[in-house]
Amino acid sequence: MLNSPQIRQQGSTMPFGNTHNQMKMKYTSEQEYPDLSKHNNHMAKILTPAMYERLRSKQTPSGFTLDDVIQTGVDNPGHPFIMTVGCVAGDEETYEVFKELLDPVIEDRHGGYKPSDKHKTDLNPSNLKGGDDLDSNYVLSSRVRTGRSVRGFCLPPHCSRGERRAVEKLSIEALASLSGDLKGKYYALKNMTEAEQQQLIDDHFLFDKPVSPLLLASGMGRDWPDARGIWHNDNKTFLVWVNEEDHLRVISMQKGGNMKEVFDRFCTGLTKIETLFKERSHAFMWNEHLGYVLTCPSNLGTGLRAGVHVKLPNMSKHAKFEEVLKKLRLQKRGTGGVDTAAVGGVFDISNADRLGFSEVELVQMVVDGVKLLVEMEKKLEKGQSIDDIMPAQK
Amino acid sequence: MPFGNTHNNFKLNYKVEEEYPDLSKHNNHMAKVLTKELYGKLRDKQTPNGFTLDDVIQTGVDNPGHPFIMTVGCVAGDEESYEVFKDLLDPIISDRHNGYKATDKHKTDLNFENLKGGDDLDPAYVLSSRVRTGRSIKGFTLPPHSSRGERRGIEKLSVEALTSLDGEFKGKYYPLKSMTDAEQEQLINDHFLFDKPVSPLLTCAGMARDWPDGRGIWHNDSKTFLVWVNEEDHLRVISMQQGGNMREVFRRFCVGLQKIEEIFKKHNHGFMWNEHLGYILTCPSNLGTGLRGGVHVKLPKLSTHPKFDEILTRLRLQKRGTGGVDTASVGGVFDISNADRLGSSEVAQVQMVVDGVKLMVEMEKKLEKGEAIDSMIPAQK
Repeated sequence: MLNSPQIRQQGSTMPFGNTHNQMKMKYTSEQEYPDLSKHNNHMAKILTPAMYERLRSKQTPSGFTLDDVIQTGVDNPGHPFIMTVGCVAGDEETYEVFKELLDPVIEDRHGGYKPSDKHKTDLNPSNLKGGDDLDSNYVLSSRVRTGRSVRGFCLPPHCSRGERRAVEKLSIEALASLSGDLKGKYYALKNMTEAEQQQLIDDHFLFDKPVSPLLLASGMGRDWPDARGIWHNDNKTFLVWVNEEDHLRVISMQKGGNMKEVFDRFCTGLTKIETLFKERSHAFMWNEHLGYVLTCPSNLGTGLRAGVHVKLPNMSKHAKFEEVLKKLRLQKRGTGGVDTAAVGGVFDISNADRLGFSEVELVQMVVDGVKLLVEMEKKLEKGQSIDDIMPAQK
Repeated sequence: MPFGNTHNNFKLNYKVEEEYPDLSKHNNHMAKVLTKELYGKLRDKQTPNGFTLDDVIQTGVDNPGHPFIMTVGCVAGDEESYEVFKDLLDPIISDRHNGYKATDKHKTDLNFENLKGGDDLDPAYVLSSRVRTGRSIKGFTLPPHSSRGERRGIEKLSVEALTSLDGEFKGKYYPLKSMTDAEQEQLINDHFLFDKPVSPLLTCAGMARDWPDGRGIWHNDSKTFLVWVNEEDHLRVISMQQGGNMREVFRRFCVGLQKIEEIFKKHNHGFMWNEHLGYILTCPSNLGTGLRGGVHVKLPKLSTHPKFDEILTRLRLQKRGTGGVDTASVGGVFDISNADRLGSSEVAQVQMVVDGVKLMVEMEKKLEKGEAIDSMIPAQK
């Protein structure tokens, strides 16, 4: 049994947990309020000087402060076209202590999701209809990923080495007890051999130290590569990242278009892992309002991104491509992932939503939407119009 | 604290072994000194401003170092860091600054008249001369730790102080965040502009937070005296000009610095200084004088001589490329400057540069004529 931390103490009994935050209180709110005049991210839209003043003296029980929440958004003004979130959580309580800031950010980011809304979790793969017959001439690969946070530990922007190592230790124990199709092995980043590293790169499994300033500015890169690692099953279809942007990232993937199988394995594996963590008195962070609690507010709810790599050379050049995606509640990315460009007409198509829909619903949208997009592609190949199969807004 | 080390007490729930960093692949001063025992001893301490051991060492944990270059691997977050964490920082200072002991006293000498010569370095070889140092302002925390309010407070004080200068020091302040394109272009052409740090050594220490808020550049009208505000230190003060008149550069440096210091003192914000460590700066490598006096000098022959590095060591000088630290030299032109910072005065360090460069130019001339330089090899200073 791990040396679990005591119940987190209230800020007032911490001898010096937020000495620095208290010191900052000597400056007026105007003096400390960040200059957000050139910023375009969710945090900058919401955080007024008056709100900054109300929240700046607060801290979570583990000492995460308002400035900690917003640092990444202050340091990264954003992009004129891409709306970044600009804030992170340092622990589960962040979403409560700083709800005045985070609720509007969540609402803005997740299609009007209200503070009173309830999120539905459904990880029962038999509720998915179809999904086993996406045309593999077009759908090259299928993948589902999500994140999970382990209750009792701070999140990657805030966790200490001791906490990170404890998360790693728990994860290794839990994963090592998986069997059958899910039997696998853990590769710690810091003792990886050259051969192992090369293999993981070839398998497209290896993650590296974040280079994005969005992640680094929030403190997630500290102490790299200590307690970071990759676990995967022998069949290389189920993969877990430990201590990257979230405590755990869980990925199920395989070549071809059988999204149903990918989702089956995803649900089975995830549920097994959750059971193992619960047995060790460390459930996943979850509540009925926000669903699964993750580092970035954009990943709340299901934290799920289900997607395919699909050949759509004709469809992607069609004038209504973007509109079709929007109606289907899907988004496109290049095959290198977020912020990359498509190569050879092959796109990464995945669900746009995370919160307010269940896992089954989101994967259903991907399955149905991709099926339609492939039909459209085939029509366009034959020089036919696609106007009569345009979907309604989901 | 920007990277969440404010929950130091929470971390004490974990054992020392669990929190002690893995330094097995590290090669920096901090990693050489910080044993598990020392970590255990210091981990529950904090400065009055809340800077903790993990804050001090984060940059050294995140940047294992280079097999050939020994980085420091730790920073101060405030003046008190050097006292509260002396068990770690004293041995590092000793290792970095030639055995400087915890009981040693540092001498400050900014009287430029004590410099002998220095006005006649041959401009056919010495292309430019420059002296820089850093200063920290008492009453504020340092760049790894400072809040926006503090940084802006420093900027405001600095702008007040600098804009009150006159005569040869009359000049203008350019805040980074409101610079026009034209101003930016000009500052780049003058080689004055500094940009957001990209070096992970600096960014991991938290110095780049809130960029470019509170940062700026001031320079005099003649472009020979320049101050950076809120980069790696509160202030970086630079005196420079074309040619080899280091004496004049040093005069302006001393006079300008002292004028600035007087104004800060009047506002009850003197510079951080003590008789043991001299001027207190963010990086322990810059303690003492914080001074780097150097020239860009053409040494195409001497630099390829087998004894070049030995000569530099004996003269207590170091070489860099003309792009600054970590760059390579181009066309046989080197940046030659003093290696020392702590344990010798400003005058003594600039004297070493003046005398050393004079000797090296003589050696270069001899080698040009095909003569030997063996008889000129200096003794160890």
